[in-house]
Amino acid sequence: MRTVTVVGASLAGLYAARELRAQGFDGRLVVVGEEPHAPYDRPPLSKGFLTGGAGEETLALGDAEETDELAAEWLLGVRARGLDVRGRTVLLDDGRTVPTDGVVIATGARARRLPGAVPAGVHTLRTLEEARDLRGALTAGPCHVVVIGGGFIGAETASSCAALGHDVTVVEAAPLPLAGHLGERLAAACAALHDRGGVRLLTGTGVRELHGRRASVTPAAGHRGRDTVAAVELSDGRVLPADVVVVGIGAVPNTEWLAGSDLAVDDGVLCDDGCVTRLPQVVAVGDVARAGGVRSEHWTSATQQPAVAVRNLLAGATVDTTRPVPYFWSDQYGTRIQFAGRRGDGDTVRITDGALDEDGFLAVFERAGRTTAALAVGRSRPFTRVRRELLSAQRGLAPV
Amino acid sequence: MIPVCRLEDLPAGEAVRVETSPPIAVFNADGELYAIDDTCSHQDASLSEGWLEGCLVECPLHAASFDLRTGRPTCLPARRPVRTHRVTVEDDVVHLHLAAEEGTAA
Ligand SMILES: Cc1cc2nc3c(=O)[nH]c(=O)nc-3n(C[C@H](O)[C@H](O)[C@H](O)COP(=O)(O)OP(=O)(O)OC[C@H]3O[C@@H](n4cnc5c(N)ncnc54)[C@H](O)[C@@H]3O)c2cc1C
Ligand code: FES
Repeated sequence: MRTVTVVGASLAGLYAARELRAQGFDGRLVVVGEEPHAPYDRPPLSKGFLTGGAGEETLALGDAEETDELAAEWLLGVRARGLDVRGRTVLLDDGRTVPTDGVVIATGARARRLPGAVPAGVHTLRTLEEARDLRGALTAGPCHVVVIGGGFIGAETASSCAALGHDVTVVEAAPLPLAGHLGERLAAACAALHDRGGVRLLTGTGVRELHGRRASVTPAAGHRGRDTVAAVELSDGRVLPADVVVVGIGAVPNTEWLAGSDLAVDDGVLCDDGCVTRLPQVVAVGDVARAGGVRSEHWTSATQQPAVAVRNLLAGATVDTTRPVPYFWSDQYGTRIQFAGRRGDGDTVRITDGALDEDGFLAVFERAGRTTAALAVGRSRPFTRVRRELLSAQRGLAPV
Repeated sequence: MIPVCRLEDLPAGEAVRVETSPPIAVFNADGELYAIDDTCSHQDASLSEGWLEGCLVECPLHAASFDLRTGRPTCLPARRPVRTHRVTVEDDVVHLHLAAEEGTAA
């Protein structure tokens, strides 16, 4: 392979570029990224970056020395708009084409938005620009914040807004946030964190309408004529005053650019559990990849998949597969939530440390006498042990 | 010099966090005692809660690994070392000598 093009210059794309070089690829390496920025880390955007503790300079994923060593051509600020498999080219929005032998798809996901036009003051949180906008809106003094969606990003955003002294309400359509991820009992324990952090959680209700008000002063450039959000009307009729609305209703994989490429796309790029698509010269990694039937949206998957994907890409066939123990963390209300493993609906839950109504706990999920998953709230140390055991069991070794 | 705990309270494979500022983690790696800054140089995690294997500790948040002897990271995502500190045992009590204090105090 003489040229490999990585499309998407974020976490998974950077790790893929590193792996290509680490695994001995010494040909031409091109990295295409729609964002104008060098790769940066997203998790802090809803945490320390929002509260002001972590500045932009702390977000960089690489450094100058490494960038030199990678000897890649960085085409930043330009979107790939197509993949011509037969012609072996990546087509760029500005008309340029990149002839290539291999492709790593790492285009991630974007924040899902509410349908239709929305007033100003309604935010999503995925990119640095979105985070800057939201941070700016939160520094104008205490205000009413409504967070739509009680998932991890919604919960972290609510926590950060509360830490900044705002009046915060989280609206969740399901009867309980995260119940699908954690099961009802533990989801309830996590939902209780909102209350302890002084944030209202309203569940079982959707959003009917966002009410705006005419900006009384001259509208800011770009918002000309656009109303500013004033209230959120819920489907049960309640009306919540709102100066800032954050929509945290999930992410959509960025696959549109692959239309017409022959690749199979269905909520992500379909690939085998070695991250190889239908075509051996095209692999997919990170939030955009549906590998072995699962699309995971976690930092750790985006950093682990590239090693396997690149090995297979360079081999021209699936010679290795990922054997992940899914893992993610979330920081909320001064405590750290960590989850690892694969929980099934019938699994029993055992609290092995702390208690659900205490300041923290470790919960272990079990099926047929085996540990399937673990959830920790403020219990990093015992969690690390269980996670290790899950990893050894997955590798077929005796648990340590 | 800071007394940490009795030696018997820090068995092999265990770690203890000392609430200095910044906090320090003291490890018993198969009988050898080591001390490093507790906060991971990558982001915000406590290395005393990590996974100890030989002379390496793996961060509990994103799995960067540090060599206890040198404080250097052995893999990403950490790039910067953590400080190491000297540990001694006197009368069965583990003592910590802060790196910055070396030569001045004690
Ligand atoms: C606010 C926030 C907090 C998070 N917190 C956590 C957490 O606590 N724990 C955790 O495990 N995970 C967390 N995550 C998830 C984690 O950040 C993602 O899993 C990770 O960013 C995925 O990396 P990626 O490279 O696959 O995709 P992305 O980071 O989405 O990057 C994809 C890149 O590709 C670019 N791109 C898209 N389309 C094109 C195109 N056609 N051409 C060129 N470039 C394109 C995009 O602009 C983007 O830069 C969080 C995410 C967010 C947004
Ligand atoms: S905080 Fe230690 S590896 Fe990230």
